[in-house]
Amino acid sequence: MQKQRKLKRGVAMVGVGMSKFGMFKDKDSKYLFAEAFNEMLSTVDKGVDPEDIDALYLGNFTNDFFIHQGHWGPIIADLIGLTPKPATRTEGACASSALAFREGIFAIASGFYDMVLVGGVEEMSKRSTEEVTQGLAMAAIPYEVKAAFTFPGVFGATATAYFAKYGANREHLMNVTIKSHNNARLNPKAQFNVSIRDIMDQRIERAKHKGEPVPAWRDEKEFLRDAGVNPVVAWPMHLYDCCPISDGASCVLLVAEERAKNFTDTPLYVVGIGQGSGKGLHAKEDLTYFEATRYAAQEAYGLSGLKPEDVQIAEVHDCFSIAEIIHIEDLGFFKPGEGYRAVEEGLTRLDGSKPINTSGGLKCKGHPVGATGTGQLVEIWKQLRGEAGERQVPIKDLRIGAAHNLGGTGGTCTFTILERR
Amino acid sequence: MEVRPFNDISYERFLSEEKLMGSRCWKCGAFFVPPRCICIECYGTEMEWVEIKGKGKLVAFTCIAIGPPSMIKEGYDRKHPYVSGVVELEEGVRVVARIEGIDGSKPETIKIGIPLKVEFLHRGEGQDLTTFLAFRPL
Ligand SMILES: [Zn+2]
Repeated sequence: MQKQRKLKRGVAMVGVGMSKFGMFKDKDSKYLFAEAFNEMLSTVDKGVDPEDIDALYLGNFTNDFFIHQGHWGPIIADLIGLTPKPATRTEGACASSALAFREGIFAIASGFYDMVLVGGVEEMSKRSTEEVTQGLAMAAIPYEVKAAFTFPGVFGATATAYFAKYGANREHLMNVTIKSHNNARLNPKAQFNVSIRDIMDQRIERAKHKGEPVPAWRDEKEFLRDAGVNPVVAWPMHLYDCCPISDGASCVLLVAEERAKNFTDTPLYVVGIGQGSGKGLHAKEDLTYFEATRYAAQEAYGLSGLKPEDVQIAEVHDCFSIAEIIHIEDLGFFKPGEGYRAVEEGLTRLDGSKPINTSGGLKCKGHPVGATGTGQLVEIWKQLRGEAGERQVPIKDLRIGAAHNLGGTGGTCTFTILERR
Repeated sequence: MEVRPFNDISYERFLSEEKLMGSRCWKCGAFFVPPRCICIECYGTEMEWVEIKGKGKLVAFTCIAIGPPSMIKEGYDRKHPYVSGVVELEEGVRVVARIEGIDGSKPETIKIGIPLKVEFLHRGEGQDLTTFLAFRPL
Protein backbone atom coordinates (compact mmCIF):
# COMPACT_ATOMS: atom_id res chain seq x y z
CA MET A 1 0.00 0.00 0.00
CA GLN A 2 1.27 3.45 -0.87
CA LYS A 3 1.70 6.22 1.65
CA GLN A 4 -0.82 9.04 1.52
CA ARG A 5 1.05 11.96 -0.02
CA LYS A 6 0.42 15.68 0.12
CA LEU A 7 1.79 18.87 -1.38
CA LYS A 8 2.77 21.56 1.13
CA ARG A 9 1.40 24.27 -1.11
CA GLY A 10 -1.06 24.12 -4.01
CA VAL A 11 0.07 24.73 -7.57
CA ALA A 12 -1.94 26.02 -10.54
CA MET A 13 -1.48 26.24 -14.30
CA VAL A 14 -2.07 29.74 -15.66
CA GLY A 15 -0.82 29.45 -19.23
CA VAL A 16 0.04 26.83 -21.84
CA GLY A 17 1.69 26.77 -25.23
CA MET A 18 2.40 24.27 -27.95
CA SER A 19 4.14 24.50 -31.30
CA LYS A 20 2.55 22.74 -34.21
CA PHE A 21 3.70 19.10 -34.13
CA GLY A 22 5.02 17.63 -37.37
CA MET A 23 8.13 17.02 -39.44
CA PHE A 24 9.87 20.30 -40.12
CA LYS A 25 13.15 20.39 -42.00
CA ASP A 26 13.38 24.15 -41.47
CA LYS A 27 12.60 24.37 -37.73
CA ASP A 28 15.11 23.58 -34.98
CA SER A 29 14.60 22.98 -31.26
CA LYS A 30 15.02 26.64 -30.35
CA TYR A 31 12.54 27.80 -32.94
CA LEU A 32 10.01 25.16 -31.88
CA PHE A 33 10.30 26.09 -28.22
CA ALA A 34 9.95 29.77 -29.08
CA GLU A 35 6.68 28.94 -30.84
CA ALA A 36 5.38 27.20 -27.70
CA PHE A 37 6.66 29.96 -25.38
CA ASN A 38 5.07 32.76 -27.38
CA GLU A 39 1.75 30.97 -27.41
CA MET A 40 1.99 30.39 -23.66
CA LEU A 41 2.44 34.13 -23.05
CA SER A 42 -0.68 34.82 -25.13
CA THR A 43 -2.81 32.38 -23.08
CA VAL A 44 -2.23 34.06 -19.71
CA ASP A 45 -5.54 35.94 -19.47
CA LYS A 46 -4.32 38.86 -17.36
CA GLY A 47 -0.80 38.82 -18.76
CA VAL A 48 2.53 37.81 -17.28
CA ASP A 49 5.97 39.37 -17.18
CA PRO A 50 8.52 36.68 -18.16
CA GLU A 51 10.92 38.39 -15.74
CA ASP A 52 8.88 36.84 -12.93
CA ILE A 53 9.70 33.29 -13.96
CA ASP A 54 11.98 31.83 -11.26
CA ALA A 55 13.24 28.74 -13.07
CA LEU A 56 12.90 26.47 -16.10
CA TYR A 57 12.51 22.69 -16.13
CA LEU A 58 12.87 21.22 -19.59
CA GLY A 59 12.27 17.68 -20.82
CA ASN A 60 14.30 16.35 -23.74
CA PHE A 61 15.31 12.83 -24.66
CA THR A 62 16.98 12.39 -28.04
CA ASN A 63 18.67 15.62 -29.07
CA ASP A 64 22.08 14.36 -27.87
CA PHE A 65 22.21 11.63 -30.48
CA PHE A 66 19.87 12.88 -33.20
CA ILE A 67 21.40 16.33 -33.54
CA HIS A 68 24.55 15.80 -31.43
CA GLN A 69 23.82 18.55 -28.97
CA GLY A 70 23.13 18.05 -25.30
CA HIS A 71 22.71 20.34 -22.30
CA TRP A 72 19.47 21.93 -23.47
CA GLY A 73 18.48 23.62 -20.19
CA PRO A 74 20.64 26.74 -20.52
CA ILE A 75 20.23 26.91 -24.30
CA ILE A 76 16.47 27.25 -23.95
CA ALA A 77 16.83 29.51 -20.87
CA ASP A 78 18.93 31.85 -23.00
CA LEU A 79 16.46 31.64 -25.89
CA ILE A 80 13.68 33.04 -23.71
CA GLY A 81 15.86 35.54 -21.86
CA LEU A 82 15.83 33.67 -18.59
CA THR A 83 19.56 33.55 -17.82
CA PRO A 84 21.08 33.66 -15.22
CA LYS A 85 18.09 31.93 -13.62
CA PRO A 86 18.36 28.16 -13.22
CA ALA A 87 17.44 25.69 -15.95
CA THR A 88 17.28 21.96 -15.34
CA ARG A 89 16.88 19.28 -17.96
CA THR A 90 14.88 16.17 -17.12
CA GLU A 91 15.11 12.87 -18.97
CA GLY A 92 12.54 10.09 -18.74
CA ALA A 93 12.48 9.04 -22.38
CA CYS A 94 9.01 9.83 -23.81
CA ALA A 95 7.91 11.07 -20.37
CA SER A 96 10.68 13.67 -20.11
CA SER A 97 8.46 16.74 -19.90
CA ALA A 98 6.05 15.08 -17.48
CA LEU A 99 9.08 14.80 -15.20
CA ALA A 100 9.89 18.49 -15.80
CA PHE A 101 6.29 19.29 -14.83
CA ARG A 102 6.64 17.26 -11.64
CA GLU A 103 9.91 18.97 -10.70
CA GLY A 104 8.20 22.32 -11.23
CA ILE A 105 5.34 21.28 -8.96
CA PHE A 106 7.74 20.23 -6.20
CA ALA A 107 9.76 23.45 -6.53
CA ILE A 108 6.64 25.58 -6.01
CA ALA A 109 4.98 23.31 -3.44
CA SER A 110 8.12 23.45 -1.29
CA GLY A 111 7.87 27.21 -1.21
CA PHE A 112 11.22 27.70 -2.95
CA TYR A 113 9.82 29.25 -6.15
CA ASP A 114 6.56 31.02 -6.94
CA MET A 115 6.52 30.75 -10.73
CA VAL A 116 8.23 28.21 -12.95
CA LEU A 117 8.09 27.36 -16.62
CA VAL A 118 8.05 23.65 -17.46
CA GLY A 119 8.05 22.09 -20.89
CA GLY A 120 9.78 19.93 -23.41
CA VAL A 121 11.24 19.93 -26.88
CA GLU A 122 12.32 17.30 -29.39
CA GLU A 123 13.81 17.41 -32.86
CA MET A 124 13.56 13.99 -34.49
CA SER A 125 12.66 14.19 -38.15
CA LYS A 126 16.09 15.01 -39.52
CA ARG A 127 17.10 11.33 -39.23
CA SER A 128 15.99 8.24 -41.17
CA THR A 129 13.27 5.96 -39.78
CA GLU A 130 15.92 3.29 -39.08
CA GLU A 131 18.09 5.73 -37.14
CA VAL A 132 15.14 7.01 -35.13
CA THR A 133 14.07 3.43 -34.42
CA GLN A 134 17.56 2.64 -33.17
CA GLY A 135 17.77 5.86 -31.16
CA LEU A 136 14.43 5.35 -29.42
CA ALA A 137 15.38 1.76 -28.61
CA MET A 138 17.89 3.31 -26.21
CA ALA A 139 14.94 3.86 -23.88
CA ALA A 140 14.14 0.16 -23.81
CA ILE A 141 16.17 -2.02 -21.49
CA PRO A 142 19.49 -3.52 -22.66
CA TYR A 143 18.20 -7.11 -22.84
CA GLU A 144 15.37 -6.02 -25.12
CA VAL A 145 17.74 -4.13 -27.38
CA LYS A 146 19.99 -7.19 -27.59
CA ALA A 147 17.01 -9.39 -28.51
CA ALA A 148 16.45 -6.92 -31.40
CA PHE A 149 13.18 -5.57 -29.98
CA THR A 150 12.27 -2.17 -31.34
CA PHE A 151 9.71 0.08 -29.62
CA PRO A 152 6.91 -1.09 -31.91
CA GLY A 153 8.23 -4.60 -31.26
CA VAL A 154 7.85 -4.34 -27.49
CA PHE A 155 4.27 -3.13 -27.90
CA GLY A 156 3.66 -5.75 -30.58
CA ALA A 157 4.67 -8.47 -28.12
CA THR A 158 2.50 -6.80 -25.48
CA ALA A 159 -0.42 -6.97 -27.89
CA THR A 160 0.03 -10.69 -28.57
CA ALA A 161 -0.04 -11.31 -24.82
CA TYR A 162 -3.16 -9.14 -24.42
CA PHE A 163 -4.88 -10.89 -27.33
CA ALA A 164 -4.07 -14.31 -25.86
CA LYS A 165 -5.33 -13.39 -22.40
CA TYR A 166 -8.50 -11.47 -23.28
CA GLY A 167 -9.51 -12.68 -26.74
CA ALA A 168 -9.10 -9.31 -28.45
CA ASN A 169 -7.72 -9.07 -31.97
CA ARG A 170 -6.35 -6.63 -34.54
CA GLU A 171 -9.82 -5.39 -35.45
CA HIS A 172 -10.17 -3.98 -31.94
CA LEU A 173 -6.95 -2.01 -32.32
CA MET A 174 -8.38 -0.45 -35.48
CA ASN A 175 -11.18 1.13 -33.41
CA VAL A 176 -8.54 3.09 -31.50
CA THR A 177 -6.89 4.31 -34.70
CA ILE A 178 -10.16 5.37 -36.33
CA LYS A 179 -11.19 7.32 -33.22
CA SER A 180 -7.79 9.04 -32.91
CA HIS A 181 -7.97 10.21 -36.51
CA ASN A 182 -11.56 11.44 -36.10
CA ASN A 183 -10.44 13.59 -33.16
CA ALA A 184 -7.24 14.84 -34.84
CA ARG A 185 -9.30 15.93 -37.84
CA LEU A 186 -10.67 18.63 -35.52
CA ASN A 187 -7.22 19.62 -34.17
CA PRO A 188 -5.40 22.13 -36.41
CA LYS A 189 -2.11 21.50 -34.60
CA ALA A 190 -2.16 17.75 -35.16
CA GLN A 191 0.45 16.20 -37.42
CA PHE A 192 -2.24 14.07 -39.08
CA ASN A 193 -5.20 16.42 -39.04
CA VAL A 194 -7.36 14.04 -41.14
CA SER A 195 -9.79 11.18 -40.54
CA ILE A 196 -9.15 7.73 -41.99
CA ARG A 197 -12.16 8.42 -44.24
CA ASP A 198 -10.42 11.61 -45.50
CA ILE A 199 -7.27 9.62 -46.27
CA MET A 200 -9.31 7.02 -48.16
CA ASP A 201 -11.08 9.69 -50.19
CA GLN A 202 -7.78 11.42 -51.01
CA ARG A 203 -6.26 8.16 -52.21
CA ILE A 204 -9.32 7.30 -54.29
CA GLU A 205 -9.25 10.78 -55.87
CA ARG A 206 -5.55 10.46 -56.60
CA ALA A 207 -6.03 7.06 -58.24
CA LYS A 208 -8.87 8.42 -60.41
CA HIS A 209 -6.81 11.45 -61.36
CA LYS A 210 -3.82 9.31 -62.38
CA GLY A 211 -6.01 6.79 -64.17
CA GLU A 212 -4.88 4.02 -61.81
CA PRO A 213 -7.16 1.25 -60.49
CA VAL A 214 -9.49 2.80 -57.92
CA PRO A 215 -9.28 1.12 -54.49
CA ALA A 216 -12.58 -0.44 -53.44
CA TRP A 217 -12.42 -0.09 -49.64
CA ARG A 218 -15.95 -0.26 -48.26
CA ASP A 219 -15.10 1.19 -44.87
CA GLU A 220 -12.22 2.31 -42.65
CA LYS A 221 -11.48 -1.18 -41.40
CA GLU A 222 -11.17 -2.52 -44.91
CA PHE A 223 -8.66 0.26 -45.60
CA LEU A 224 -6.70 -0.64 -42.46
CA ARG A 225 -6.70 -4.34 -43.42
CA ASP A 226 -5.08 -3.45 -46.77
CA ALA A 227 -1.38 -4.28 -46.38
CA GLY A 228 -0.62 -2.03 -49.34
CA VAL A 229 -1.57 1.06 -47.35
CA ASN A 230 -1.13 -0.27 -43.82
CA PRO A 231 1.95 -2.53 -43.77
CA VAL A 232 3.34 -4.40 -40.76
CA VAL A 233 5.89 -2.52 -38.67
CA ALA A 234 6.19 -5.05 -35.83
CA TRP A 235 3.33 -7.54 -35.86
CA PRO A 236 0.61 -6.98 -34.83
CA MET A 237 1.56 -3.28 -34.90
CA HIS A 238 0.97 -1.92 -38.38
CA LEU A 239 1.78 1.55 -39.68
CA TYR A 240 -1.57 2.97 -38.49
CA ASP A 241 -1.07 1.53 -35.00
CA CYS A 242 2.10 3.58 -34.50
CA CYS A 243 2.69 7.20 -33.59
CA PRO A 244 4.79 9.13 -36.10
CA ILE A 245 8.25 10.67 -35.87
CA SER A 246 7.72 14.30 -34.90
CA ASP A 247 9.31 17.61 -34.05
CA GLY A 248 7.69 19.91 -31.54
CA ALA A 249 7.69 21.75 -28.25
CA SER A 250 5.22 22.54 -25.49
CA CYS A 251 5.25 24.37 -22.17
CA VAL A 252 3.12 25.15 -19.14
CA LEU A 253 3.39 28.08 -16.74
CA LEU A 254 3.00 27.05 -13.10
CA VAL A 255 2.39 29.38 -10.17
CA ALA A 256 1.68 29.04 -6.46
CA GLU A 257 -2.04 28.48 -5.98
CA GLU A 258 -2.60 31.64 -3.94
CA ARG A 259 -1.24 33.74 -6.83
CA ALA A 260 -3.17 32.05 -9.61
CA LYS A 261 -6.02 34.57 -9.74
CA ASN A 262 -3.51 37.37 -10.43
CA PHE A 263 -3.04 35.79 -13.86
CA THR A 264 -6.43 34.37 -14.78
CA ASP A 265 -9.91 33.87 -13.41
CA THR A 266 -9.83 30.30 -14.73
CA PRO A 267 -6.61 28.63 -13.61
CA LEU A 268 -6.37 24.86 -13.56
CA TYR A 269 -5.39 23.44 -10.22
CA VAL A 270 -2.98 20.51 -10.09
CA VAL A 271 -4.85 18.21 -7.74
CA GLY A 272 -3.11 14.89 -8.43
CA ILE A 273 0.36 13.88 -9.53
CA GLY A 274 1.90 10.42 -9.62
CA GLN A 275 4.93 8.67 -11.03
CA GLY A 276 6.03 5.05 -11.12
CA SER A 277 8.86 2.90 -12.47
CA GLY A 278 8.53 -0.39 -14.31
CA LYS A 279 10.56 -3.48 -15.18
CA GLY A 280 11.57 -4.92 -18.52
CA LEU A 281 9.48 -7.44 -20.45
CA HIS A 282 11.39 -10.44 -19.07
CA ALA A 283 10.79 -9.45 -15.45
CA LYS A 284 7.06 -8.74 -15.73
CA GLU A 285 4.75 -11.43 -14.38
CA ASP A 286 1.99 -10.29 -16.70
CA LEU A 287 2.58 -8.44 -19.95
CA THR A 288 -0.96 -7.06 -20.17
CA TYR A 289 -0.58 -4.12 -17.79
CA PHE A 290 1.97 -1.51 -16.74
CA GLU A 291 2.87 -1.66 -13.08
CA ALA A 292 4.32 1.87 -13.26
CA THR A 293 1.03 3.31 -14.54
CA ARG A 294 -0.98 1.63 -11.80
CA TYR A 295 1.44 2.98 -9.18
CA ALA A 296 1.36 6.50 -10.63
CA ALA A 297 -2.43 6.42 -10.80
CA GLN A 298 -2.76 5.27 -7.20
CA GLU A 299 -0.47 8.09 -6.08
CA ALA A 300 -2.40 10.73 -8.03
CA TYR A 301 -5.83 9.48 -6.98
CA GLY A 302 -4.65 9.33 -3.37
CA LEU A 303 -3.35 12.90 -3.44
CA SER A 304 -6.50 14.27 -5.07
CA GLY A 305 -9.06 12.23 -3.16
CA LEU A 306 -10.63 11.50 -6.55
CA LYS A 307 -11.60 8.18 -8.12
CA PRO A 308 -11.23 7.03 -11.72
CA GLU A 309 -14.95 7.71 -12.32
CA ASP A 310 -14.43 11.37 -11.32
CA VAL A 311 -12.02 11.91 -14.21
CA GLN A 312 -14.20 13.20 -17.06
CA ILE A 313 -11.64 13.26 -19.89
CA ALA A 314 -8.07 12.04 -20.28
CA GLU A 315 -5.11 12.13 -22.58
CA VAL A 316 -3.23 8.82 -22.39
CA HIS A 317 0.10 7.76 -23.89
CA ASP A 318 -1.03 5.98 -27.08
CA CYS A 319 2.42 5.55 -28.61
CA PHE A 320 0.83 2.41 -30.09
CA SER A 321 -2.87 1.52 -30.37
CA ILE A 322 -2.60 -1.37 -27.90
CA ALA A 323 -1.08 1.01 -25.34
CA GLU A 324 -4.24 3.16 -25.23
CA ILE A 325 -6.36 0.10 -24.46
CA ILE A 326 -4.06 -1.00 -21.65
CA HIS A 327 -3.75 2.49 -20.14
CA ILE A 328 -7.50 3.06 -19.85
CA GLU A 329 -7.61 -0.18 -17.87
CA ASP A 330 -4.56 0.59 -15.71
CA LEU A 331 -5.94 4.04 -14.87
CA GLY A 332 -9.11 2.40 -13.59
CA PHE A 333 -11.48 3.80 -16.25
CA PHE A 334 -12.34 0.26 -17.34
CA LYS A 335 -11.72 -3.16 -15.83
CA PRO A 336 -8.70 -5.21 -16.97
CA GLY A 337 -9.58 -6.92 -20.23
CA GLU A 338 -12.55 -4.63 -20.90
CA GLY A 339 -10.76 -1.62 -22.41
CA TYR A 340 -10.98 -2.91 -25.96
CA ARG A 341 -14.75 -3.44 -25.60
CA ALA A 342 -15.18 0.11 -24.23
CA VAL A 343 -13.43 1.49 -27.31
CA GLU A 344 -15.53 -0.75 -29.57
CA GLU A 345 -18.73 0.55 -27.93
CA GLY A 346 -17.65 4.14 -28.56
CA LEU A 347 -17.34 5.08 -24.88
CA THR A 348 -13.97 6.76 -25.49
CA ARG A 349 -15.10 8.86 -28.46
CA LEU A 350 -15.50 12.66 -28.26
CA ASP A 351 -19.21 12.15 -27.57
CA GLY A 352 -18.70 9.10 -25.36
CA SER A 353 -19.01 8.87 -21.60
CA LYS A 354 -15.20 8.93 -21.14
CA PRO A 355 -13.53 10.78 -24.01
CA ILE A 356 -9.92 9.68 -24.43
CA ASN A 357 -7.26 11.52 -26.44
CA THR A 358 -9.51 14.25 -27.73
CA SER A 359 -6.41 15.85 -29.28
CA GLY A 360 -5.94 12.84 -31.56
CA GLY A 361 -3.36 11.43 -29.16
CA LEU A 362 0.25 10.68 -29.94
CA LYS A 363 -0.90 8.67 -32.94
CA CYS A 364 -2.29 11.68 -34.78
CA LYS A 365 -1.32 14.80 -32.88
CA GLY A 366 2.31 13.64 -33.14
CA HIS A 367 4.90 12.50 -30.61
CA PRO A 368 7.96 14.74 -30.30
CA VAL A 369 8.87 12.60 -27.31
CA GLY A 370 10.19 15.19 -24.86
CA ALA A 371 7.32 17.58 -25.67
CA THR A 372 4.51 15.06 -25.28
CA GLY A 373 3.96 15.17 -21.51
CA THR A 374 3.28 18.89 -21.27
CA GLY A 375 1.63 18.76 -24.71
CA GLN A 376 -1.04 16.48 -23.24
CA LEU A 377 -1.69 19.07 -20.51
CA VAL A 378 -2.26 21.70 -23.20
CA GLU A 379 -5.21 19.66 -24.48
CA ILE A 380 -6.68 19.20 -21.01
CA TRP A 381 -6.33 22.96 -20.47
CA LYS A 382 -8.29 23.69 -23.63
CA GLN A 383 -11.03 21.17 -22.86
CA LEU A 384 -11.51 22.18 -19.21
CA ARG A 385 -11.63 25.88 -20.13
CA GLY A 386 -14.05 25.26 -23.00
CA GLU A 387 -11.51 26.41 -25.58
CA ALA A 388 -11.19 23.21 -27.63
CA GLY A 389 -13.26 24.55 -30.52
CA GLU A 390 -14.74 21.92 -32.80
CA ARG A 391 -13.44 19.09 -30.67
CA GLN A 392 -14.84 20.43 -27.39
CA VAL A 393 -16.42 17.48 -25.59
CA PRO A 394 -20.15 17.89 -24.94
CA ILE A 395 -19.92 17.09 -21.22
CA LYS A 396 -21.87 19.47 -18.95
CA ASP A 397 -19.88 20.89 -16.03
CA LEU A 398 -16.56 19.62 -17.28
CA ARG A 399 -14.16 20.17 -14.39
CA ILE A 400 -11.76 17.23 -14.04
CA GLY A 401 -9.27 16.10 -16.68
CA ALA A 402 -6.14 13.98 -16.53
CA ALA A 403 -3.06 13.07 -18.50
CA HIS A 404 -0.99 9.88 -18.53
CA ASN A 405 2.54 9.89 -19.96
CA LEU A 406 4.76 6.83 -20.46
CA GLY A 407 8.51 6.68 -21.03
CA GLY A 408 10.36 3.95 -22.86
CA THR A 409 8.64 0.61 -22.72
CA GLY A 410 6.87 1.46 -19.47
CA GLY A 411 9.98 2.23 -17.41
CA THR A 412 8.58 5.63 -16.41
CA CYS A 413 4.87 6.42 -16.13
CA THR A 414 3.19 9.54 -14.80
CA PHE A 415 -0.39 10.56 -14.13
CA THR A 416 -1.61 14.12 -13.55
CA ILE A 417 -5.10 15.24 -12.55
CA LEU A 418 -6.22 18.83 -13.18
CA GLU A 419 -9.28 20.61 -11.86
CA ARG A 420 -11.14 23.75 -12.90
CA ARG A 421 -12.92 25.18 -9.87
CA MET B 1 37.35 -22.09 -9.67
CA GLU B 2 37.04 -18.45 -10.58
CA VAL B 3 33.71 -16.96 -9.58
CA ARG B 4 32.60 -14.41 -12.13
CA PRO B 5 30.90 -11.26 -10.87
CA PHE B 6 27.11 -11.40 -11.04
CA ASN B 7 26.62 -8.88 -13.80
CA ASP B 8 25.78 -8.48 -17.47
CA ILE B 9 29.41 -8.77 -18.56
CA SER B 10 29.62 -12.26 -17.06
CA TYR B 11 26.17 -13.12 -18.43
CA GLU B 12 27.37 -12.18 -21.92
CA ARG B 13 30.61 -14.13 -21.49
CA PHE B 14 28.63 -17.24 -20.53
CA LEU B 15 26.42 -16.76 -23.58
CA SER B 16 29.52 -16.73 -25.78
CA GLU B 17 30.39 -20.10 -24.19
CA GLU B 18 26.87 -21.31 -25.07
CA LYS B 19 25.63 -21.27 -21.51
CA LEU B 20 22.50 -19.49 -20.32
CA MET B 21 23.25 -18.65 -16.69
CA GLY B 22 21.33 -17.02 -13.86
CA SER B 23 22.08 -16.15 -10.25
CA ARG B 24 20.51 -17.80 -7.21
CA CYS B 25 20.39 -16.15 -3.80
CA TRP B 26 22.12 -18.26 -1.11
CA LYS B 27 19.92 -16.90 1.62
CA CYS B 28 16.42 -17.21 0.17
CA GLY B 29 16.86 -19.22 -3.03
CA ALA B 30 15.37 -16.56 -5.35
CA PHE B 31 16.53 -17.12 -8.92
CA PHE B 32 17.26 -14.41 -11.49
CA VAL B 33 17.94 -14.53 -15.21
CA PRO B 34 19.72 -12.37 -16.30
CA PRO B 35 21.71 -12.38 -13.05
CA ARG B 36 21.32 -9.84 -10.27
CA CYS B 37 24.04 -8.96 -7.76
CA ILE B 38 21.46 -7.87 -5.18
CA CYS B 39 18.59 -10.18 -4.30
CA ILE B 40 15.44 -8.08 -4.61
CA GLU B 41 13.52 -10.55 -2.42
CA CYS B 42 15.76 -10.49 0.70
CA TYR B 43 18.55 -8.04 -0.18
CA GLY B 44 21.10 -10.83 0.18
CA THR B 45 24.30 -10.35 -1.79
CA GLU B 46 25.66 -13.90 -1.72
CA MET B 47 24.84 -15.46 -5.08
CA GLU B 48 25.71 -18.59 -7.00
CA TRP B 49 25.64 -19.23 -10.73
CA VAL B 50 23.09 -21.74 -11.97
CA GLU B 51 22.82 -22.95 -15.55
CA ILE B 52 19.44 -22.97 -17.27
CA LYS B 53 18.52 -26.19 -19.05
CA GLY B 54 17.28 -24.19 -22.00
CA LYS B 55 13.74 -25.39 -22.51
CA GLY B 56 10.73 -23.12 -22.40
CA LYS B 57 7.62 -21.85 -24.11
CA LEU B 58 6.69 -18.74 -26.05
CA VAL B 59 4.60 -16.25 -24.03
CA ALA B 60 4.62 -13.25 -26.39
CA PHE B 61 6.18 -12.38 -29.74
CA THR B 62 6.45 -9.84 -32.50
CA CYS B 63 7.53 -10.04 -36.15
CA ILE B 64 9.65 -6.99 -36.85
CA ALA B 65 9.67 -5.56 -40.37
CA ILE B 66 11.59 -2.37 -39.57
CA GLY B 67 14.59 -3.39 -37.48
CA PRO B 68 17.78 -1.72 -36.32
CA PRO B 69 20.78 -1.50 -38.70
CA SER B 70 22.35 -4.66 -37.18
CA MET B 71 19.32 -6.73 -38.23
CA ILE B 72 19.12 -5.10 -41.64
CA LYS B 73 22.75 -6.18 -42.10
CA GLU B 74 21.68 -9.76 -41.35
CA GLY B 75 19.27 -9.55 -44.27
CA TYR B 76 16.00 -8.80 -42.49
CA ASP B 77 13.69 -6.21 -44.01
CA ARG B 78 10.05 -5.40 -44.71
CA LYS B 79 9.71 -8.52 -46.86
CA HIS B 80 11.67 -10.70 -44.42
CA PRO B 81 10.70 -9.80 -40.86
CA TYR B 82 12.48 -11.44 -37.93
CA VAL B 83 10.85 -12.64 -34.73
CA SER B 84 11.64 -11.52 -31.18
CA GLY B 85 9.83 -12.92 -28.19
CA VAL B 86 9.41 -13.45 -24.48
CA VAL B 87 10.17 -17.02 -23.39
CA GLU B 88 9.15 -18.63 -20.13
CA LEU B 89 11.74 -21.19 -19.08
CA GLU B 90 11.04 -24.48 -17.32
CA GLU B 91 12.81 -23.01 -14.29
CA GLY B 92 9.95 -20.48 -14.02
CA VAL B 93 11.85 -17.36 -15.10
CA ARG B 94 11.46 -15.42 -18.35
CA VAL B 95 13.93 -14.05 -20.88
CA VAL B 96 13.65 -11.94 -24.02
CA ALA B 97 15.32 -13.45 -27.05
CA ARG B 98 15.35 -13.76 -30.79
CA ILE B 99 13.15 -16.56 -32.07
CA GLU B 100 14.72 -18.54 -34.91
CA GLY B 101 13.22 -21.12 -37.23
CA ILE B 102 9.85 -19.36 -37.50
CA ASP B 103 8.68 -17.45 -40.57
CA GLY B 104 8.20 -13.84 -39.48
CA SER B 105 6.18 -13.13 -42.61
CA LYS B 106 3.43 -15.50 -41.44
CA PRO B 107 2.60 -14.19 -37.95
CA GLU B 108 -0.89 -15.73 -37.99
CA THR B 109 0.71 -19.18 -37.90
CA ILE B 110 2.75 -18.45 -34.75
CA LYS B 111 1.09 -19.78 -31.63
CA ILE B 112 1.69 -18.58 -28.11
CA GLY B 113 2.65 -21.49 -25.85
CA ILE B 114 4.73 -23.42 -28.39
CA PRO B 115 7.71 -25.29 -26.84
CA LEU B 116 11.15 -23.87 -27.58
CA LYS B 117 14.79 -24.74 -26.93
CA VAL B 118 17.74 -22.43 -26.49
CA GLU B 119 20.21 -21.58 -29.24
CA PHE B 120 23.23 -19.28 -29.34
CA LEU B 121 23.85 -17.02 -32.33
CA HIS B 122 27.45 -15.93 -32.72
CA ARG B 123 27.86 -12.80 -34.84
CA GLY B 124 30.90 -10.74 -35.82
CA GLU B 125 34.57 -11.58 -35.37
CA GLY B 126 37.42 -10.91 -32.97
CA GLN B 127 36.74 -7.90 -30.77
CA ASP B 128 33.27 -7.54 -32.26
CA LEU B 129 32.20 -11.13 -31.59
CA THR B 130 28.81 -11.05 -29.85
CA THR B 131 26.55 -13.93 -28.91
CA PHE B 132 22.80 -13.44 -29.09
CA LEU B 133 20.37 -15.49 -27.05
CA ALA B 134 17.85 -17.22 -29.28
CA PHE B 135 15.20 -19.94 -29.10
CA ARG B 136 13.90 -22.31 -31.73
CA PRO B 137 10.78 -24.52 -31.83
CA LEU B 138 11.46 -28.03 -30.50
ZN1 LIG C 1 17.35 -13.57 -1.42
